[in-house]
Amino acid sequence: MAKILLEMKNITKTFPGVKALDNVNFQVEEGEIHALVGENGAGKSTLMNVLSGIYPYGTYEGDIVYNGQVCKFSNIKDSEKLGIVIIHQELALVPEMTIGENMYLGNERGKKFAIDWNTTYAEADKYLRMVGLEESSKVQVKTIGTGKQQLVEIAKALAKQAKLLILDEPTSSLNEEDSRALLDLMLGFKKQGMTMIIITHKLNEVAYVADKITVVRDGATIETIDNHGPEPVSEERIIKGMVGREMTNRFPPREGVKIGDILMEVDHWTVHHPLYPERKVVDDVSINVRKGEVVGIYGLMGAGRTELAMSIFGQSYGVNFSGELKIDGKPVKMKKSVTDAIKHRIAYVTEDRKGNGLVLSQSIRVNTSLANLDEISTNTVIDQDKEYAVAEEYRKKLSIKTPSVEQLVGNLSGGNQQKVLLAKWMFAEPDIMILDEPTRGIDVGAKYEIYCIINDLAAQGKCVVMISSELPEVLGMSDRIYIMNEGKMVGEMKASEATQENIMAAILRSGRGA
Amino acid sequence: MDKKTITATLKKNAMLVVLILVYLFFMILTKGSIFKPSTFRALFNENAYVYILGCGMMMCMLTGGNIDLSCGAFVCLLGAIGSVLMVINGIPVGVSLLILLGIAVAYGCGLGFLVAYVNVPPWIATLAGYLAFRGLGTSILTKNSSTGSISVGTKNSFLNIFSRTLFETPENTLNVPCLVVGLLAAAAIIFMVFNTRASRLRKGYEADSVGTAAAKAGIGAAAILLVMGKLAYAGGIPTVLVWVAAVVLVYSFITSKTTVGRHFYVVGGNIEAARLSGVNTRRIMFIAYLNMAILTSISAMIMLARFTAANADAGKNFEMDAISACVVGGVSASGGAGTVLGMVIGATLIGVINKGMTLISLDANWQRVVKGFVLLAAVVFDILSKKREK
Repeated sequence: MAKILLEMKNITKTFPGVKALDNVNFQVEEGEIHALVGENGAGKSTLMNVLSGIYPYGTYEGDIVYNGQVCKFSNIKDSEKLGIVIIHQELALVPEMTIGENMYLGNERGKKFAIDWNTTYAEADKYLRMVGLEESSKVQVKTIGTGKQQLVEIAKALAKQAKLLILDEPTSSLNEEDSRALLDLMLGFKKQGMTMIIITHKLNEVAYVADKITVVRDGATIETIDNHGPEPVSEERIIKGMVGREMTNRFPPREGVKIGDILMEVDHWTVHHPLYPERKVVDDVSINVRKGEVVGIYGLMGAGRTELAMSIFGQSYGVNFSGELKIDGKPVKMKKSVTDAIKHRIAYVTEDRKGNGLVLSQSIRVNTSLANLDEISTNTVIDQDKEYAVAEEYRKKLSIKTPSVEQLVGNLSGGNQQKVLLAKWMFAEPDIMILDEPTRGIDVGAKYEIYCIINDLAAQGKCVVMISSELPEVLGMSDRIYIMNEGKMVGEMKASEATQENIMAAILRSGRGA
Repeated sequence: MDKKTITATLKKNAMLVVLILVYLFFMILTKGSIFKPSTFRALFNENAYVYILGCGMMMCMLTGGNIDLSCGAFVCLLGAIGSVLMVINGIPVGVSLLILLGIAVAYGCGLGFLVAYVNVPPWIATLAGYLAFRGLGTSILTKNSSTGSISVGTKNSFLNIFSRTLFETPENTLNVPCLVVGLLAAAAIIFMVFNTRASRLRKGYEADSVGTAAAKAGIGAAAILLVMGKLAYAGGIPTVLVWVAAVVLVYSFITSKTTVGRHFYVVGGNIEAARLSGVNTRRIMFIAYLNMAILTSISAMIMLARFTAANADAGKNFEMDAISACVVGGVSASGGAGTVLGMVIGATLIGVINKGMTLISLDANWQRVVKGFVLLAAVVFDILSKKREK
């Protein structure tokens, strides 16, 4: 048996009112990749925050033993000194600064009052090559894509002489290709002897990369599964541990939903980039959606799916539009206004719930009513009792877990936030709902609930357009699938005919090659 | 009530508690002279503009911590124009006031357009006014008057609207109308608190406990009775009080009950989410600055009437007073949070500190030092208490 590099013993961490971690025991062997899985709010991030010193020694109970020594970190610097480096889910890069500057932020080369830029950039370049980036470290971070930014984060961690690297949802904003590259990079590091902990919701990644899998549920470690056992660990096996029950079906069946007439048609839709108007972001795309139908739009990052959706939604993205939008067979001249789109009963449920979906500093009640305030007000005076009743109704309908609808949305878990976002748009009573990555960053249990909501919407005869980067989800939920690549529509197929292979083939055929 | 709810309530109403403590502190220090009816009256006259500008500044701050630096200088400019119109040109008071309002609306629209549609950062857009308006006002005054000051003391109808007293009686005799208004207002508060509670309970929603409702109604009614009772012995209801009460009530209503008010909060909370929910975010920014200009014109008239003369120093630092009132009153410096009631408490707290320091004849320079630290302490307190909650 290999040496135990890290052992967290009987960790208990209490927040006012909640026991976030309850007597957690967690062991990581040297040189392994250890996956930490669990539902949102299960305590994975809290555990890693305890480990990295974000919650300093003394604020939790229990011991951290690293390399045989009991550690008492009082901040991140302390843990980094020992080579424990955490890469958070949200990228922590300054877009206006260069890659090199970012990598040595707070860890500057040279003397205190004289940064040695030559060393900085030379070393930065060295680490960039290690993660497979060809970019010069002198370019600004904002000029490279998200996938590469994630790699810069890793290079930054390497520059801190990481021995134990913790990656919190490293692929949540990456497409499949970039995700795979990142996972392969991790396997490469493993060969060189690095120890890694990966937190992720994507179980296929876990199966691919992890040596051991520890399942966390309700603030406790449930089990540790060896991924190299005699039998391969199935996703169902992991899910069972995560939710505490057998999930027979990851996608709830949609039965008896009648697919009706075409409600929305988009013809030869072209949209240009707002900053570079000569660039076509959506190029001659035509789609249609029927009543009661769930249409999936699959594509890799940058395929133009979000841009397509937002441009349909009151032209809230892009410039120089052309093409025609028909609702119920009639052409719609939509103004450049979201209000107008809502009037035409279109809703766009954003992929970025924190960024442009929810007002985190406001209550569930305020967020729920936001897109349809007129419904609960007379002569612009809000009936707050009615508003409360509406929020309560949706809280129950979508089983949003919260003590009260007066709770601030920022205090909710990701899955519950997503439900509030859905509640907001359901209350606006649209006929056409465009859901952009409706299950991004939420756990398996909450995903299932979201799928059930989507089925309900379809059963009510609404058109559902579901944009997703997760192939199984697109395959499992859609009646029909559109495939986009580089702004163009490159394929359309019935769900019954679609497979992962022919969807990827459609993308590959379309030119660039994924 | 257990200990937890008590601390939570205290925390929530911290500035009110501080206000009471500071008041008691000055009570002792001034041997009760801060409790005199005339002091109450003076407090109102001296701070009326803070309440009114505070409402406007709060609307700007709600949209995302934006401020209007130009309002103080704009008070000076409007005062100068107003006095020239009324006194030098002899234009009737009503017409002059309309012209002033027209100028304010024009400026507000221009400013709102720049901020909302041209995306000029508000503090820069208003910095221009801050620099230009006082210069313009002063040059208008010096051109029309050798002393650089124009008296409006003869314009009785103007003074009646913006200063003076309703149903005036001699000092230290009981002014009955004032007391009656106070009693009615107190009764209205008590009725409203319990009525809201009853209707919520009837519909089966969460409502305050009897104790909380009684405390709310009691404190509100007591505050009104105290102020009106004191004013009843100071000659009656000052007309500025009517202006302040009207503005505060209207803005309180707008921010807490209307869709427009709600839009201000969500724009400050997350402007992109607001936009994608169908809120016309540019219009909200526009309204914020138009509104500020209109409220500034009311303040300008009140100041002109109070000093019965226009001069170059009118409105100096008013923008800072308004911002301080908001910040001390818990209006978030980054937008999206704050209430009119909070701002009123903040403004009153600063007013009481000012008055108290003057009464104990603290050196004016040291008064500034104290004010600076009070502002800082309020913000630090606000941040720390929020941190604890997390």
